[in-house]
Amino acid sequence: MSQHATKAHAFLANEERANWHDQSLWMVREKRDRASGQIPDWEQLRDCASGIKDHVLANLDNYLEEFEAHALANGVQVHWARNAAEHNTIVEGILRKHNARRVVKSKSMLTEECQLNEHLHRQGIEVIDTDLGERIIQLLEEPPSHIVMPAIHLKKEEIGELFHQKLGTQAGATDPKYLTEAARHHLRARFMESDAAITGVNFAIAETGGIVVCTNEGNADMGVHLAPVQIHCMGIEKIIPKAEHLGVFTRLLGRSATGQPITVFTSHFHQPEPGREMHIVLVDNGRTEQLGREKFRNSLKCIRCGACMNTCPIYRRSGGHSYGATVPGPIGSILTPGQDLKRYSDLPFASTLCGSCSDVCPVKINIHEQLYEWRQEIARQHELPASKRLSMRIAGWVLASPARYRFFGKWARRALQWLPRWMVYHRLNAWGKGREMPEPPRQSFKEWYQNEKPKQS
Amino acid sequence: MTIGLFIPCYIDQFYPQVGRATLELLQKAGCRVEYPLAQTCCGQPMANSGCETDARAAYAHFVDTFAPYDYIVAPSGSCTYHVRKHFDILEQTDTVHQVRQRTLDLCEFLHDVLQIEQLDSHFPHRVALHQSCHGLRGLRLGPDSERREQRPNKPTALLRMVKGLELVELQRADECCGFGGTFAVAQPDISVKMGRDRIADHEAAGAEVVTAGDMSCLMHLEGIVRRQQRPLRVLHIAEILNGARL
Ligand code: SF4
Repeated sequence: MSQHATKAHAFLANEERANWHDQSLWMVREKRDRASGQIPDWEQLRDCASGIKDHVLANLDNYLEEFEAHALANGVQVHWARNAAEHNTIVEGILRKHNARRVVKSKSMLTEECQLNEHLHRQGIEVIDTDLGERIIQLLEEPPSHIVMPAIHLKKEEIGELFHQKLGTQAGATDPKYLTEAARHHLRARFMESDAAITGVNFAIAETGGIVVCTNEGNADMGVHLAPVQIHCMGIEKIIPKAEHLGVFTRLLGRSATGQPITVFTSHFHQPEPGREMHIVLVDNGRTEQLGREKFRNSLKCIRCGACMNTCPIYRRSGGHSYGATVPGPIGSILTPGQDLKRYSDLPFASTLCGSCSDVCPVKINIHEQLYEWRQEIARQHELPASKRLSMRIAGWVLASPARYRFFGKWARRALQWLPRWMVYHRLNAWGKGREMPEPPRQSFKEWYQNEKPKQS
Repeated sequence: MTIGLFIPCYIDQFYPQVGRATLELLQKAGCRVEYPLAQTCCGQPMANSGCETDARAAYAHFVDTFAPYDYIVAPSGSCTYHVRKHFDILEQTDTVHQVRQRTLDLCEFLHDVLQIEQLDSHFPHRVALHQSCHGLRGLRLGPDSERREQRPNKPTALLRMVKGLELVELQRADECCGFGGTFAVAQPDISVKMGRDRIADHEAAGAEVVTAGDMSCLMHLEGIVRRQQRPLRVLHIAEILNGARL
């Protein structure tokens, strides 16, 4: 079995929990349905967002330069990182210059992608994730299982137990309000003593050189306002041309992500406060390469709303950790093969190609079509298991010829009819694991059409 | 107008009654139907596994077999979608182009081309429609729950013409059943779990029969129903429209 299939098997072993996971995420999907239904021109809004992003990707070089020029003019220091290692070194350098030992961080999947926390910890710099979900998994030393709700796989009892151990809350407490309050107190102290603040970026506006961070907890603001140095890390695909385009995306983002009309905070950062520093790190890390792949280019339109995860029937029943990637779910399965085809070659197959992800995506990424295309690419690069490759070759040979098709069809039906049950249902018959095989009829449609039908008329 | 009847390989082998229902239904509607004996398969099993190149010969054979017909009609949204969408790797000659354009799913053909308004069938049962993904989101046979748009639901419109039939409402109107071709055997745990969840939804809605435009989804669901010895029955939509009895 593939890695994903093996992990899914383990996830499903606890069916009650799997049902709970499925239902929690389905509820978020339903909220999104209600929220998107309140906008009469939802589909036009998606078209518009998709069009803006396509335009940006086609002119990314120009927009990046425009963005940099305006940011510099605002007094921001701009850095370029080719890959994760460069990104981490740049951030470390800024922190060292300021002798920063305690850093607070908010809303950044990019730093997760670059494994910044691990890097800084090795250098003796403490990083605290300040958003509740992120803080929970940081305390647990687990990777996120979702890009918007990183601790969605955990039950409140488990969080209560964790907080009891790490933050000293009452044993057995599960009231979300109480636990959230406890986390808030714990984090407040970290904010006060922080030497620097790092945030992610949702949108970077070329026209103004400013960046926008969308959050529900306001920790990006809190961090930036209290710390003497602010660092914003972003993938190069986060650019939008003009401030007037922002509204298109903020209307889509909150509704698609959690069914909120808009995130609670939409924070705009343009320039450092007097006497302080503001840095922006622009990271490539494989994005230019993806941009060069025509069939997969538009995966870079993603605004990381997580809707494709919430809707995915496989994700809901296997959990984010089953993907073994920073970005799990449908979008992760089309991004990761571009980063490491060998390592992630099973992910494009972790799908039924049902297409729900593409229709839910606010920027209209044709996710399921790209999953199909990655499968072709994986076969071309010889990363399919040999047994599968061979069986498909044989199937192709049989199905190209009416005579071979007829012969093998009849033979297979006979076998199913005559073989004893134990020879049909065994370990190697994956179909038979939870299902009966179809009952083979005496004759195929073709045989009936040839033999019986003429007698009728 | 002559129709080339395309009966997908697994229907041919395992569900001949679905082929017969399709044929009879089209004939009753006044169509001239031929079933070209040389046909095999649309090539989807190989292509969805990443082996499009192994499917090429089957694609070419399909085009040769069906080129002479005015329409090619199949009781399968999924195979129809595959022909229309993925035969793009063949050189796009006029013939290839025409075959792709003229290949229609049965419901599409009845609804859009023949525009039938009544059916002479009676099925006094509570029926749930499983909306197979490729028909729904690929061919847009109806509006899906993700997009905010108005469009007719073709299979539903046809089922409403059947006397006595009561369509039940599902909690999740169009969630995938988990079949997914080779997915069903590559990821048996999730596949079966998805199927079991769909069945639970259908049962909770009080359905006696689950129907769909794709027998592949039903083969998967039926396999689970039979393993668990549940009373739920499955019938292809062609069988119900053609006047099947339980
Ligand atoms: S691919 Fe689309 S739906 Fe998925 S996270 Fe990105 S923007 Fe959201």
